[in-house]
Amino acid sequence: MDLSIAGILLLDGATSGAVYALLALALVLVFAVTRVIFIPQGEFVAYGALTLAMLQMGKLPGTVWLLAVLAVLATLRDAFAAVRAGQPAGRIARDAARSLAGPAVVALLALWAAPRQLPLVLQSLLALAIVTPLGPLVYRLAYRPLADAPVLVLLIVSVGVHFALTGLGLLFFGAEGFRNPSFWDERFRAGPLVLSGQALIIFLVSAALIVGLGLFFGRTLRGKALRATAVNRLGARLMGISTDGAGRWSMGLAAFIGALSGLLIGPTTTMFYDTGFLIGLKGFVAAIFGGLASYPGAAAGALFVGWLESFGSFWASAYKEVIVFTMILPVLLWRSVTHGQTDDE
Amino acid sequence: MTSSRWFLLAFAAALALLPQLPVPEFWVTQLNYIGLYALVVIGLVLLTGIAGLTSFGQAAFVGIGAYSSAWLTLNLGLSPWLAVFGGLALTALAALLLGWITLRMSGHYLPLATIAWCLSLYYLFGNLEALGRYDGLLGIAPLSVFGLPLNTGRSFFYLLWALVMLAALAATQLLDSRSGRALRALKGGSTMPEAMGIDTFRAKVTVFVLAALLAGMSGWLFAHFQRSVNPSPFGLKMGIEYLFMAVIGGVGQVWGALAGAAVVKLLEDQLQVLLPRLLGGSGSYEVIVFGVLLVGVLQYARDGLWAAVVARLPRRARRRDWADAAPLPEAARPPHGELVLDVHSVRKEFGGLVAVNDVSFQVRAGEIVGLIGPNGAGKSTTFNLVSGVLPLTRGEVRLRGERIDGLPSRGIARRGVSRTFQHVKMVPEMTVLENVALGAHRRGRRGVLPAMLRLERDEERRLLREAERQLQRVGMADRLDELAGNLALGPQRLMEIARALSADPSLLLLDEPAAGLRHQEKRALAGVLRQLRAEGLSILLVEHDMDLVMDVSDRIVVMEFGTQLMQGTPAEVQASAAVRAAYLGTEH
Repeated sequence: MDLSIAGILLLDGATSGAVYALLALALVLVFAVTRVIFIPQGEFVAYGALTLAMLQMGKLPGTVWLLAVLAVLATLRDAFAAVRAGQPAGRIARDAARSLAGPAVVALLALWAAPRQLPLVLQSLLALAIVTPLGPLVYRLAYRPLADAPVLVLLIVSVGVHFALTGLGLLFFGAEGFRNPSFWDERFRAGPLVLSGQALIIFLVSAALIVGLGLFFGRTLRGKALRATAVNRLGARLMGISTDGAGRWSMGLAAFIGALSGLLIGPTTTMFYDTGFLIGLKGFVAAIFGGLASYPGAAAGALFVGWLESFGSFWASAYKEVIVFTMILPVLLWRSVTHGQTDDE
Repeated sequence: MTSSRWFLLAFAAALALLPQLPVPEFWVTQLNYIGLYALVVIGLVLLTGIAGLTSFGQAAFVGIGAYSSAWLTLNLGLSPWLAVFGGLALTALAALLLGWITLRMSGHYLPLATIAWCLSLYYLFGNLEALGRYDGLLGIAPLSVFGLPLNTGRSFFYLLWALVMLAALAATQLLDSRSGRALRALKGGSTMPEAMGIDTFRAKVTVFVLAALLAGMSGWLFAHFQRSVNPSPFGLKMGIEYLFMAVIGGVGQVWGALAGAAVVKLLEDQLQVLLPRLLGGSGSYEVIVFGVLLVGVLQYARDGLWAAVVARLPRRARRRDWADAAPLPEAARPPHGELVLDVHSVRKEFGGLVAVNDVSFQVRAGEIVGLIGPNGAGKSTTFNLVSGVLPLTRGEVRLRGERIDGLPSRGIARRGVSRTFQHVKMVPEMTVLENVALGAHRRGRRGVLPAMLRLERDEERRLLREAERQLQRVGMADRLDELAGNLALGPQRLMEIARALSADPSLLLLDEPAAGLRHQEKRALAGVLRQLRAEGLSILLVEHDMDLVMDVSDRIVVMEFGTQLMQGTPAEVQASAAVRAAYLGTEH
């Protein structure tokens, strides 16, 4: 290996690292707010990229149907609970309308837009609009009824959701892979290094999102409410913060970040319906660096995972995944030695 | 012969008969797969349902068992009966390493580590030249017994199901033993079991290795049944399906493992035919149904199938076979008046807050010392400093002259300090007797293996005898077989005292034992405390019930805002203007 190859690998690793960092941040956020280990995060990555791929081909992506069905199910379940609780019919109807309006608008928009070959940016925004609301819907249907269950039960639920979403991904997108067109085909040369426009976009969007999240949590009331819920659920509830709302928001953010990551890496890698899972898990390996609690720790871990992967594929490409996923063991060992016993939820 | 024994015998007989009947080969193969899965799931039941840990990577242990035996028989020409030990040793080693690394930390690190581990092992199997890459290893010898090769589904069936039944039996016997109670106590957090002298870390590693060994055994059988191995049945998807089987069957139920394995296997076969026809295309669509079902079961029937079966069976009282067991040896009590507990200017700071400010007091043998004070005075914190739940910032705690501050609570318990909890900590799904026997844990020593083989019944009888004796003492001898979770708060507190007494302590720490007790129960409690004192026990009592404290205490320590206000006899404390001011405020 010479310096130029090392440079290329460093750049390459940092690009995937930036995406892993986004995913790791979302995972830390969801875990802090809801105590859910959000295994299905990766499915949103695949959904984002493949929804765009379907739109590119002028087809209506199956995720639109999923959105519609989940929205109807969640609304029915809420309405059923409200009827049993004896709430007035007017209010039930209003809640149902509010719960269905957003998904309905998105679905109609998608129906209209799908065959029309809109510009790439508009299609990307549409893909985000389709996938993001899946997060809160998944929260309402799968996690909310178990919001007070032990972490372990929530983790098993996550695995169930992962199973269902992966199978649905196969149903919607089929078994073949897709590679999305690049957002920006420009290439910048600096000596032996080539920085593609797409990589630049990945860096810029990741940085913008991280700054945006920082502002969201530091400046806005909603962000502060999420932080309060993360610190103490009961205390937050006593202050009038809806932990249910916090759960929906955090999973909405996670789905948004997942879909966005999918859009970002869609042009750099071939996406299959189950590729997202591995990408999401690499986000987990990164998040574990920070003990699933520290945002800077997770970001540093993500960069490390990105480099590990790029150098790993250079030296022993067949063992790339083995190296990345085995790395979790020394990291856990290091955490268990330095941070020791933390038991009892 | 109990009805459950009859049921078991009938089930075993049906299994033995089945291959002799003209059952289609297809169903024999199905049953063989169910048996192979059930072995893994029994381990998961112990791990997840009983100990409250979980793993998505059991498929990887199956893989290690299968590949090791395949490689050893193919390359070294070993007999499968020898190769099994290689596979199991490697499985145990891997499980030890994983457990040792992750189990010191919170419960979610183990499952996350097992996901990563299962993935990386899958890719490793698929890329190693020596293991035939993704094509795997072919031409593995079948198992043979006395020179008779088990190369048909029907002959293999006997060996497999004999092992499944033995494993299930061993697991149920383990759960009904000293080690089993320790495992069942893990689920509620480590504070209580540690206070009973149980090494929770070791118990967790043990149960994880045990589950891995069962998986490795299944892998060994799989390799010699299938006669070929490749990475795909050992991937994460299968790892998650094993957990799914455990959840469907009922995670707390050993026999539920068989039910779960059967239901999932049969369902999977149906779905794999039905769904592609329904949805068009091909692929493993059954995971959609599995995923939705898994979430649904957890939301609506978290205890699974078998729990519903068990709930319909009558619960029978345990047979009392310990009446003539030899009593457990008791530690020599310190002579009356000897200094037992010496708390010397202990201090606890939480950041800038001084919760306990240089408090000193002593407890002598045969003495009841009350620790009182208004809410927030630091009584419970002091209590936790003495029992080792919290580390001290400064100061010394000595038990009969030996320093015990800095020791883990398990170490303090082993030196003869027993405690109860302000918020009752118990295993709600165990009976009262079993909960109390948990207190006697450190007075026994037989481990997991003798328990599985029922070689520890002598010791078990002695432990249960002791538990019953202590329950009699607190007036609960008639409630031995009730589930602890069904008791009202008062009896739960008495049960905790009995549990603490089962440990044969020289010092008893009681944290608000009278809270929630009715008047009669309080009087009975006072009687028990006096009797214990007469036997030479020392008691430190944190309590809000002034009648009880004044009634039984020899001396009282009063705390306020983390500092020690005064010490004295009940009469002195009652006469003190400072104490009255602390509780009621002063006139200005």
